Amino acid sequence: MRWVRWLVAIAFLTAMILRPPTAIAQEGSRVPTDDEVNAIAKKLYCPVCPNTPLDVCETLACRDWREQIRDQLAAGWTEEQIITYFVERYGQRVLAEPQRKGFAALAWVLPVIAVAVGLAIVIQVLRAWRARRALATAPPTPASVDVPPEVVARVEKEIKDLW
Amino acid sequence: MIADIGLITLTLGFVLALYAVGASLYGGWRGQWKWVESARNAVLLVFGLLTISVLAVVYSLIRLDLSVAYVTEVSSRATSLFLRITALWGGQRGSLLFWSWLMAGFVAAVSLRKWESDRTLMPYVIAVATLTTSFFIFVVTFFANPFARVWHIPGTNEVVKAVFPPPGAERFVPVDGQGLNPLLRHFGMIGHPPTSYIGFTGFVIPYSFAIAALITGEARKDAWLRTTRRWTLVAWLFLSIGLLLGGRWAYDVLGWGGFWGWDPVENAMLMPWLTGTAFLHSVMITEKRGMLKVWSVVLIILTYILVVFGTFITRTGLVSSVHAFARSSLSMPFFIFIGLMLLGSLTLLMKRLDTLKSDHELESFVSREAVFLLQNMLFVAITVAVFWGTVFPMISELITGDRITVGPPYFNKVTGPMFAALVLLMGVAPLFAWRRQAARTLGKALWAPFVVAVLFAVALGIRYHMHPAAVFGIWLISFVALTTLLEFWKGMRARMSARKEDPLTALARLITRNRRRYGGYIVHLAVCLMALAVIGDAYFKQETQAPLRIGETLTLNGYTIRFDGLREYLGSDGREVLEAEISLFKDGEFVRVLRPRRDYFIVQQQPVTIPAVHTTFAADVYVLLVGWEEITATSATFKMYWNPLIIWMWTGGILLIIGTLIAMWPDRMALGDVSYVLRPTTTQPQPSAGG
Repeated sequence: MRWVRWLVAIAFLTAMILRPPTAIAQEGSRVPTDDEVNAIAKKLYCPVCPNTPLDVCETLACRDWREQIRDQLAAGWTEEQIITYFVERYGQRVLAEPQRKGFAALAWVLPVIAVAVGLAIVIQVLRAWRARRALATAPPTPASVDVPPEVVARVEKEIKDLW
Repeated sequence: MIADIGLITLTLGFVLALYAVGASLYGGWRGQWKWVESARNAVLLVFGLLTISVLAVVYSLIRLDLSVAYVTEVSSRATSLFLRITALWGGQRGSLLFWSWLMAGFVAAVSLRKWESDRTLMPYVIAVATLTTSFFIFVVTFFANPFARVWHIPGTNEVVKAVFPPPGAERFVPVDGQGLNPLLRHFGMIGHPPTSYIGFTGFVIPYSFAIAALITGEARKDAWLRTTRRWTLVAWLFLSIGLLLGGRWAYDVLGWGGFWGWDPVENAMLMPWLTGTAFLHSVMITEKRGMLKVWSVVLIILTYILVVFGTFITRTGLVSSVHAFARSSLSMPFFIFIGLMLLGSLTLLMKRLDTLKSDHELESFVSREAVFLLQNMLFVAITVAVFWGTVFPMISELITGDRITVGPPYFNKVTGPMFAALVLLMGVAPLFAWRRQAARTLGKALWAPFVVAVLFAVALGIRYHMHPAAVFGIWLISFVALTTLLEFWKGMRARMSARKEDPLTALARLITRNRRRYGGYIVHLAVCLMALAVIGDAYFKQETQAPLRIGETLTLNGYTIRFDGLREYLGSDGREVLEAEISLFKDGEFVRVLRPRRDYFIVQQQPVTIPAVHTTFAADVYVLLVGWEEITATSATFKMYWNPLIIWMWTGGILLIIGTLIAMWPDRMALGDVSYVLRPTTTQPQPSAGG
């Protein structure tokens, strides 16, 4: 069974060589600082306590989560990986803002629509107001005065007589 | 015993409020003044009765009558006198009673004013205002009665809170109460809740006038707008103060280093403030130009519905949040009430649309009317965005089953640009003339402040390596502040040359002779200051955190803290206090000792982190104790914030209050507006019945 031992040794060596560089960095690396942890925790929301970002939440669970981020950072995870990990594990609610895809995108779309509709209404209203003014101040067109001149003269004379 | 008296007066108050609604409606409809007068007396009596109920609750709280359920919920033997009194609004039952009492107070006050100018409106004003008040009294009486007792059914482990004993139950007096929610045990308890409530409830008056104007068809005359202007300003002022004090309280107690977290309950208060602010502006255009009548009515209806929606959110814990100290079965009645109010108000509006035709038209797109319209649109769009962000987690949960978080980044991104646009309009709008504004004169008035602001912002930006958005923000604020200050200067100069007044007299007279206008400008300047604090918070804030052993230091932006020691002691009201002592140095020089704390409330099992703050005009240093070595107490973790410009939020707040007071101060002493004669009419012939 000597070949088995060889195989194990080779596998071990290969594993050592092919080990991802991040894992190598772990050795001799320092412990991530609180600021590094908080920089990521700030972007996450504790899944338990509503409306409290993970970097300020003081519950025990949140402390554990922060320690977990520290471990992950120490193990060379990137910020993106850590956030993805938390989302996969606890759902979208750990993200501080809705994602821009799927149903959650609606959260972003509606305010834009609101402003667009609002602007459209404002412009429409302003146009209507101006149109009303144009109507009110337009001089009477000759075509609308459909009265024979002699009638006009008589009316004017009568008005004069009244005075 | 005292609690029973409170219960009786509360119940009587409810019955009388309903009577007042019926009597004033009947009296108004048939033109029978004795009924209206009777309704008015009933309204005054309701306020008196509720006052007794409120006093009964306060008495029970002070005397710690533990047979009363509410007392056990919010008070305890260890609770101080100050907190026992303010515990009146420290829990759901008490706060709803307090709310009803305030609202009844507003209705009573409005019923005491002279009726001459609004004779046709007043019966309906009283009816509408009392109707909504009676809804709240109804909720207090039947769903959240502060006089409910604690009952125990013998042989079981069950304790029931109810007004009347369940069959076979005996009265049960617990040994001690739970005490107030730890977050509420703070001096701020005297400020934020009552002012917010006064602000909220005050909007009942303009709302009632608007609805009364719709019912009677008097809306055309706009008289209701003039009558309610000051009431609206009072409500708006208190709502603003409530928001500010709430921000300050959060800053002092919640320990996240900020003053605004876009929490659902904060949003619930911001929304009516936004629409209320829009209303205050749209009213101007309605008064001056007879335009936007429908819109003004819509805004005040919206504001009031958002007020009730706000209580709904706050009081029922529907949207979970840090404020959700009250979860209960209140959702249904509130839901139905809001629905009915919305339907009723809008149906009425639709039916009366013809009475609200606007009189005037527009000459140009470049006019103050257009700017006002845009500004109103923005206020409403921000409200829509805030509303959407607040309810979206619920909607998402309902539809996809997946609850999501809509946090501060969302609100900042969505509302930030709109707020910026509003600030810009705030600066330029006063320079636009009604009807039409020549672009040339506008450019002439604006170019100087524009250029100065650009130079200022760019210089600062280069000097401090600022983010482009921050440079833009600083440009915006300085531009708007300059144009507003120029308005003051122009007015002063005119007086100085025309009347030979010295500058100070000119300024003082300018303001006192045009209080509405210059009071408003002062508020605009206040908003600039507050915007400065917001920019500081958004772009310049810095933070750091580290564990320190005794003697070790942590430095942030020129400030250094040194950890000197930790001590632990038992607080008077059931809290374990862990207090750190740290020395603060600025550029190596000792400044002062800071004592950040961690209070642990044993009964509630709740920790509260209380920051230590060192305030200067440039920035606050805000230190939190976030962790410590349990056994040796020789090491602790501190979080340190450098919060620049934050003092301008509070300074701006004070200026805002001053400006609003100037704008709303009555021309002569308002005593003449109060009528002590209950009979509204003595000499005029009574309108004939059915006529």
